[in-house]
Amino acid sequence: MLEYLSIVLTAILVNNIVFSQFLGICPFVGVSKNLGAAYGMTMAVAFVMVVATAITWVLQHSILIPLDLGYVQTIVFILVIAILVQMLEIVIKKTSPGLYAALGVYLPLITTNCAVLGVAILAAQRDFGLVHSLVYALSTAAGFGLALTLFAAIRMQLELSDVPAPMKGVPIALITAGILAMAFMGFSGLSI
Amino acid sequence: MKASRVIFDGIIRRNPTFVLILGMCPTLGTTSTAITGLSMGIATLFVLVCSNGAISALRRAIPGEVRIPAFIVVIASFVTILQMLMQAFVPSLYSSLGIFIPLIVVNCILLGRAESFAARNNVVLSLADGLGVGIGFAGALTLLGSVRELLGKGSIFGYQLYGADYGALLMVLAPGAFIALGFMIALFNHLTAGKHA
Repeated sequence: MLEYLSIVLTAILVNNIVFSQFLGICPFVGVSKNLGAAYGMTMAVAFVMVVATAITWVLQHSILIPLDLGYVQTIVFILVIAILVQMLEIVIKKTSPGLYAALGVYLPLITTNCAVLGVAILAAQRDFGLVHSLVYALSTAAGFGLALTLFAAIRMQLELSDVPAPMKGVPIALITAGILAMAFMGFSGLSI
Repeated sequence: MKASRVIFDGIIRRNPTFVLILGMCPTLGTTSTAITGLSMGIATLFVLVCSNGAISALRRAIPGEVRIPAFIVVIASFVTILQMLMQAFVPSLYSSLGIFIPLIVVNCILLGRAESFAARNNVVLSLADGLGVGIGFAGALTLLGSVRELLGKGSIFGYQLYGADYGALLMVLAPGAFIALGFMIALFNHLTAGKHA
C-alpha cells in the first residue's frame, strides 16, 4: 500500500508531468485559458491515458516481449493510441451524449498529446506490473490536471493585468509556468 | 514558389518555435545545454525531411479519409529508423535525450507540415520545406540551449566562458526552461513587431 502511495505522490508532486518532465505542454499552454476547458481536457486525458496504458501494457507483455519485437514499440503504441481515441469518440457519442458534449472537442487533440504516449512508453520502460502501471497512469493524469487547473486559474487573472506588448499571450504564460515550476521544485526532497 | 524561398520561410517567417509555438515539449525538455538542444534539433530535422519527402511522394496514393493515420505511420517508421541508428552509433546521446526521441512521433510540427505542406506540394518543395522548418527548429533549440547553458553553467557547447559557480543553477533546471523560452519568444515578437503583423 505504501508503495502505491509513493507512486501517487511522486507522479503528482515530485515528478509532475508538466513541470518536471515537460510532457503535455501543448494542451497545457493551449487549453488553459479558462477553468471549464481545463477540467474537460483533464478528464479526457485521464480517461485515454489509463485505457491506453492498460492496452499497451498487455500488448507489450503478451506480444512485443515474447516475440522480441521491442523495436516496433513506437509504431505499435502510437497506432494503439490513435485507434483508441477514434473508438472512444464513437463509443462515447453513442452511449453518453452528455459526456461527449463535455469531452468531444478535446478527444481528437489527444492523439498528438505527448503525455499519453510518454506515459505508455515510460511505464513499459520501467517494467511496472499492470496494477502498478495503472496507478502510475492515473496519478500522472491527476498531476496533469493539477498543473492545468492551477495554471488556468492564474491565467484568468493574467488576462486582466497590464502586460508589455511583446510579452502578451504565450511569453508571459511561459514565464508564469516557470515560476509555478519553481514552486513545484519545493517538493523534490519529498520521499516516502 | 522557389525552393530557396520555402527554406527561408521555414527558418524565419514560420519558425516553428518562436512564431508558430509548436513542439514545446522537446523544446523545453532537451535544451538544458547547447549540445543536447542541437542534437534534438538535428534528430527532428532528419525525421522531418524524410517524412515530408515520403508523404509528398505518396500523396496521390493515400486516400483522404485515412490520411492522418497514414501520415502517423510514415512518421513513426522514420522515428524507429532514427532510434535504431542512434542506438547503434551514438548510444550515450540516445540515452541522454531519452524519451524525447520516440516522442518525435507526436511532435505537432511533423504532422502539421505533412498535413499543410507535404500533402499538397511536390517532392522537391516538400523536402525544402522540411529542411527549412527543421533548421528553424534546430536553430531555436540550439539558441535556447546556449542561453540556458551560458546563464546556468557559464559555458557554451562545453567551453567554459566564466566560472560555473557564478551561473544561476535555476536556468538549467526545469523552471529555467519555461522562463528562458518565455523571454526569447517575447524578444522575437519585439524584433519582428510591425514587419509581418
